[in-house]
Amino acid sequence: MTTASDISVRRGPPREAALDPLFKALCFGAATMLLAALGGVVVMLFLGGLPALKAFGPGFLTSTTWNPVTDVYGAAGPIIGTLLTSALALAMALPVAFGVSVYLVEFAPRFVRRPIAIAVELLAGIPSIVYGMWGLFVLAPFFAQRVQLPLILHAPPGSLLEKLTAGVPNGANIFTASVILAVMILPYMATVFRDLFLTVPTQLRESAYGLGATPLEVVWRVMLPYVQRSAIGAVMLGLGRALGETMAVTFIIGNSHRLPKSLFDSGSTIASTIANEFAEASTPMHEAALIALGLVLFLITFAVLALARALLGATRSY
Amino acid sequence: MLRTLGAAVVAALTISAGAQAADLSGAGATFPAPIYAKWAEAYKAQTGNGLNYQAIGSGGGIKQIGAKTVDFGASDKPLEPQQLSQMGLYQFPTVMGGVVPMLNVPGLKPGQLKLTGPLLADIYLGKVARWNDAAIARLNPGVKLPALPITIVHRSDGSGTTFLFTSYLSMVSPEWKAKVGASDSVQWPTGLGGKGNDGVAAFVKQTIGSIGYVEYAYAKQNNATYALLQNRAGKYPSPTAANFAAAAAGADWTKAPGNYLLLLNQPGANAWPITGATFILVYKEQPNPQKAAAVLQFYDWAYKNGDSMAGQLDYVPMPAAVKTLIRKQWVANIHGPDNKPVYVSR
Repeated sequence: MTTASDISVRRGPPREAALDPLFKALCFGAATMLLAALGGVVVMLFLGGLPALKAFGPGFLTSTTWNPVTDVYGAAGPIIGTLLTSALALAMALPVAFGVSVYLVEFAPRFVRRPIAIAVELLAGIPSIVYGMWGLFVLAPFFAQRVQLPLILHAPPGSLLEKLTAGVPNGANIFTASVILAVMILPYMATVFRDLFLTVPTQLRESAYGLGATPLEVVWRVMLPYVQRSAIGAVMLGLGRALGETMAVTFIIGNSHRLPKSLFDSGSTIASTIANEFAEASTPMHEAALIALGLVLFLITFAVLALARALLGATRSY
Repeated sequence: MLRTLGAAVVAALTISAGAQAADLSGAGATFPAPIYAKWAEAYKAQTGNGLNYQAIGSGGGIKQIGAKTVDFGASDKPLEPQQLSQMGLYQFPTVMGGVVPMLNVPGLKPGQLKLTGPLLADIYLGKVARWNDAAIARLNPGVKLPALPITIVHRSDGSGTTFLFTSYLSMVSPEWKAKVGASDSVQWPTGLGGKGNDGVAAFVKQTIGSIGYVEYAYAKQNNATYALLQNRAGKYPSPTAANFAAAAAGADWTKAPGNYLLLLNQPGANAWPITGATFILVYKEQPNPQKAAAVLQFYDWAYKNGDSMAGQLDYVPMPAAVKTLIRKQWVANIHGPDNKPVYVSR
């Protein structure tokens, strides 16, 4: 039942307008809360880690001594381990993620597209501890016997290969950890790449083909430049996950705080060290050193993101 | 109608809140968590009183009881008497376990290889690097030892097992004590770290020529190839529940202030050298005597009824004499605001 007065009310300013300030305030609150949380984390990491940073100074970053008994801590081992495993994982995962997404978008027949896409998304959903157990019980033994042992046996004495593959063949090392990390960041990157490639306008692709471009040329010269900016973002997202990944790495990296001497030597990462020792850190200095490690990881991640931003700013937009 | 429903909801909420408040809360060591959970289940079935135990690690347990957020803390390593009195705490042991060296050496059967404490320390220091080293061969005449390099496996996570193991090595080897020392986690001279008993066992199984150390229950359930260790009496007992109990029985609890007693390298022909108890921490002065009494009542009940449950899970119950002593200590040590004992066992 509509009456004349109802209609006249509707002619005025929209009633919902009254809600706008509230809506704005809520959005503002959501955004600032995030900022406040971030600030809180940084402050807490800094204050918590301060005793260790004060006691060991810059030596905290360069020393490889990590001794809970004498309460002397240096984080060079975990820092190098973190950077090394993440870089290796990225180097392994990037080409595969690229291949998967190009295949899905460009070459795959319709009936295999969905199963592969779903499999990739499922990979992303597996909890990291499951990757860890799989790594420990399946990947590590397989690697030890089928990859590491043959490499060690066939490496020419004195060669670079021999240096890189030296170590106990049991699959618990920097390299296996990197492989696990690669498997873990692969689905993220593949999914984002695929979505990005799908945003390339059909006209652009079709006209490239029309001009006689081969599929390789279309992918390399047309599609990739089109998505370049966002693709770098996806890579950095993957790298960010690799840097902070904890459980899966803890299971198979071998957890020694020394500097790794080869790819098949055991090492540790910042996240794995914290996960291993935080629950039983009995002295205040041990705890402070672990929190300071957290701060270092935060700064590394921050640097990676800043680098991504800088790269994005530097590349031309298509 | 609505009102009665509302009243019923309020009543239900109050009851559940009341029931929750009656639940005891504890936090700490992960090692005894399965047996505490089992005891709590049986105790609740019998008495209706619940217990909520959070296995957050010994360090966490000490912090929680320090912050008074729990009714009791639990730790795999005893606090030193000085720290106890500083925090106003009292500690008592509940169950025991042991640490067993686990091997993967082709041709060796469980219990076939004999090691001494100093030799084990030299192996973990990296000084004895091959299985056919003269020092190992001398102890094991007639045992065929391969020329394999020894791979050391240790725990990567801070753990009471590592504390017991490194404390033992520090006790028997001055060089270990000087170079490495004893703690929940140490700077290992060599080797690789597995996360938890599972992690260590997996690496030992996957690495030919390796040696690791695991919790007894774990070694038993996995039929691990273990080595025998020479004890203080010069004998080589097997790592069995009876021989862990022998270590606790040989120890003199009456001369250990604050029950600070590591059951390592104890006298007694059958005493397994790396044995340890796990401890409960409670405040000596209790502002809430009922709550404290309920905690002690639970552990008194466990002392009386929990031994077979502990055995099923491959924990070793405390010897009867030790239990009697602890009950006496409760009366002498734990007071309410009126300075009366909060709980007397009957």
